[in-house]
Amino acid sequence: MTSSATASAPASASPLAFRGRGPVSRAVIAHLSAADAATDHTAFAEDAVAASADIARDDDIQLALFVLYASAYGSLPQLDPDLEWDPALLATRRVLETAFERDLRASIPMPDLPEPTVDAVGRALFALAEADTGPSLSRYFAKKATEAQAEEMLIQRSAYTLREADPHSWAIPRLEGRAKAALVEIQSDEYGGGRPDRVHATLFARAMRAAGLEDTYGAYVDDLPAVTLASLNMMSMFGLNRRLVGSIVGHLAAYEMTSSIPCRLYADGLRRLGFAPEVTAYFDEHVEADAVHEQIAARDLAGSLAEDHPELLPDIMFGAAACLTVDGWGGAHILDAWSTGLSSLRTRMPS
Amino acid sequence: MSAGREPATITPYPDGPLLVRGDVDLRTTEGEPIAPHRRTVALCRCGLSALKPFCDGTHKAAGFRTDD
Repeated sequence: MTSSATASAPASASPLAFRGRGPVSRAVIAHLSAADAATDHTAFAEDAVAASADIARDDDIQLALFVLYASAYGSLPQLDPDLEWDPALLATRRVLETAFERDLRASIPMPDLPEPTVDAVGRALFALAEADTGPSLSRYFAKKATEAQAEEMLIQRSAYTLREADPHSWAIPRLEGRAKAALVEIQSDEYGGGRPDRVHATLFARAMRAAGLEDTYGAYVDDLPAVTLASLNMMSMFGLNRRLVGSIVGHLAAYEMTSSIPCRLYADGLRRLGFAPEVTAYFDEHVEADAVHEQIAARDLAGSLAEDHPELLPDIMFGAAACLTVDGWGGAHILDAWSTGLSSLRTRMPS
Repeated sequence: MSAGREPATITPYPDGPLLVRGDVDLRTTEGEPIAPHRRTVALCRCGLSALKPFCDGTHKAAGFRTDD
């Protein structure tokens, strides 16, 4: 500890591995990691959302949200835990979230609402995912990806997957009865079913290390484009705001439905490239696990929640559509870059 | 745990697999145990899984439909 450290300074001595991308993220990072509350980041946030043409692709706003949510997760030890509920930081988060949610609701096509029954909602969610026929990153990956692109894929996934399942766990205390039991049934499997070595985030950390990559949380944030951070931030926003509990439930259903077949294709591509079994193991696990989870998520979780709380049905369907749309934006960004011989990362990885 | 003495349940999910919850003894036809990997497992019902007896989600791409 240096002589300037205060009682509330974070315990970790290592600095954050990434830098701000504009006035909002710089001020939020300074406040949370260096107890520097001198700048009015809420005013910066208001200016930034007023000036931004596309919140989901705005680097400064998405990085600021990522850091504010990391403070709630506890995923970055450099962020001062005493500031988790700091009113100024919460005010800034609220400004950014309000604009982000407004943009998402304006740009995501709202699906037709089924009857609020387990069967109708389950079928409607599967139909929605089946109708999502955008260009397939995983099909490209299976056949054409290079070793460098495989590393990029792992890096692109790392912001979420090194903390896999955590955004949806915020919903557990906000649900009751059969919907709660269904979510815990899924999350228990995500968290290894009592076996620490089977925790999905741990399997992914092992995959990153086996691929020669850093598995420290946040190590590659500088490389992640805004749209990648937006995908995670949307989940965090849905999870952390109780009024959006329907959206985080719908999000999980769509996420699980678009996982098992793509994970098989990622595993095929990784094997074709000669990656170690520890790398493919994460994806192989998800082929089988998510074929279970998608059934539970669509019917027992989302269907039950809609039946018990019909007023949440619109947000359940919105959350599912939001998952498909925003992850589609991320996939399209990566595929566009790769098909023109470019990196999908924000800056080239240091070689 | 009293839960271990409850009978296992097998639930057919529409257009999808059979979900098995509870303590079951999965075996090959030769009597070899099949490791379940997780507490709730999905068994293939469409015949197209590459992970049989488990489901791998292929029924969706194949348009598998049940009559319920």
